[in-house]
Amino acid sequence: MSITTDTRQSLPVGTWALDPVHSTIGFEVDYLAGAFRGQFREVSARLDAGDETPVLTGSAKVASVDVKDENLAAHLQSPDFFDVERYPELSFESSDIERDEDRITVRGGITIKGVERPVELTGTIADPITDPYGRERIGLKLETTVDRTEFGVKWNVPLPDGKPALADEVKLVADLYFLQEA
Amino acid sequence: MKVLGISGSLRRDSYNTKLLRAAEELLPSDAKLELYRGLKAVPPYDEEDDVQPALAPVAALRQAVAEADAILIATPEYNASIPGQLKNALDWVSRPIATNTMRNKPVAVVGASTGAFGAVWAQAELRKVLATIGARVVEGDVAVGHAPTRFDEEGHLVDDDLREQLAEVVDALLVETGARRLVAA
Repeated sequence: MSITTDTRQSLPVGTWALDPVHSTIGFEVDYLAGAFRGQFREVSARLDAGDETPVLTGSAKVASVDVKDENLAAHLQSPDFFDVERYPELSFESSDIERDEDRITVRGGITIKGVERPVELTGTIADPITDPYGRERIGLKLETTVDRTEFGVKWNVPLPDGKPALADEVKLVADLYFLQEA
Repeated sequence: MKVLGISGSLRRDSYNTKLLRAAEELLPSDAKLELYRGLKAVPPYDEEDDVQPALAPVAALRQAVAEADAILIATPEYNASIPGQLKNALDWVSRPIATNTMRNKPVAVVGASTGAFGAVWAQAELRKVLATIGARVVEGDVAVGHAPTRFDEEGHLVDDDLREQLAEVVDALLVETGARRLVAA
């Protein structure tokens, strides 16, 4: 693939390392009468956009799942949900990235609970800016929806009307801040 | 390898304890079944008593769970559900919830009852409770109905089909334990 100078259609050239403090990888799932959200505190990601096909990789530590109750966090880490003992990480690796203006589509494989499935992430990209410390930064906002049961995350409980309390569809949301590597 | 056997029945001649003994006979030579004998001594759960150091019977129970590589529970069914004393013991084990000793522990559930259905409801509820506590609940069940007809006078399980089912559950439990070790290494 040749590098185009049209930055509105290509990725900013360089190796981009995650700023983990400001980045978020989280999930949102309908539960009971609302949408429940959580995030992972320990995340990593990297965007390599050089001469070759650009590649976005990312992962999140299951043990760092961050919700407002430690007992719920423990339940989410148990075999009922992510099974942290056997599957300590969630991960993603892209196979293909397309950009159109500020819109971006990232296709690849996501692995949850040891099961890999193809997935398409869509969102926006912010072109490089120079931060107050002189470092180049870009931003990616990406999301997708997966069926958690395809990954063996099947916990549920029936409501009195027989419907499940927890939805199968889970929205995954990533707000990624990247710094250009020196 | 140590398998902790917990019978949900306190009765000396319990069919569920006999079922655990039948499972013991199916274990490979490198595995040992240790029968938990402290169930009757576990006090009713009271958060005010849930202190450190824990009450002796509770500490012993939690330690027995912690030291086991796997757990096999045989439960009767009382009024379509888990016997109260067994549920009470699991409530103690479940604390503190986030770090209890049952977390990630491979556990299999079997059951015997004098009625026709072999404690299937109690087993199902027990699996739900164990999963909520954080155990790695093994699939597969053994439902010994009409229990007095399934054991001989020496307490041996004499029904070949049930012995086969029990062997499958014991195998599944050992596989889970092996996998757990593999990952831990």
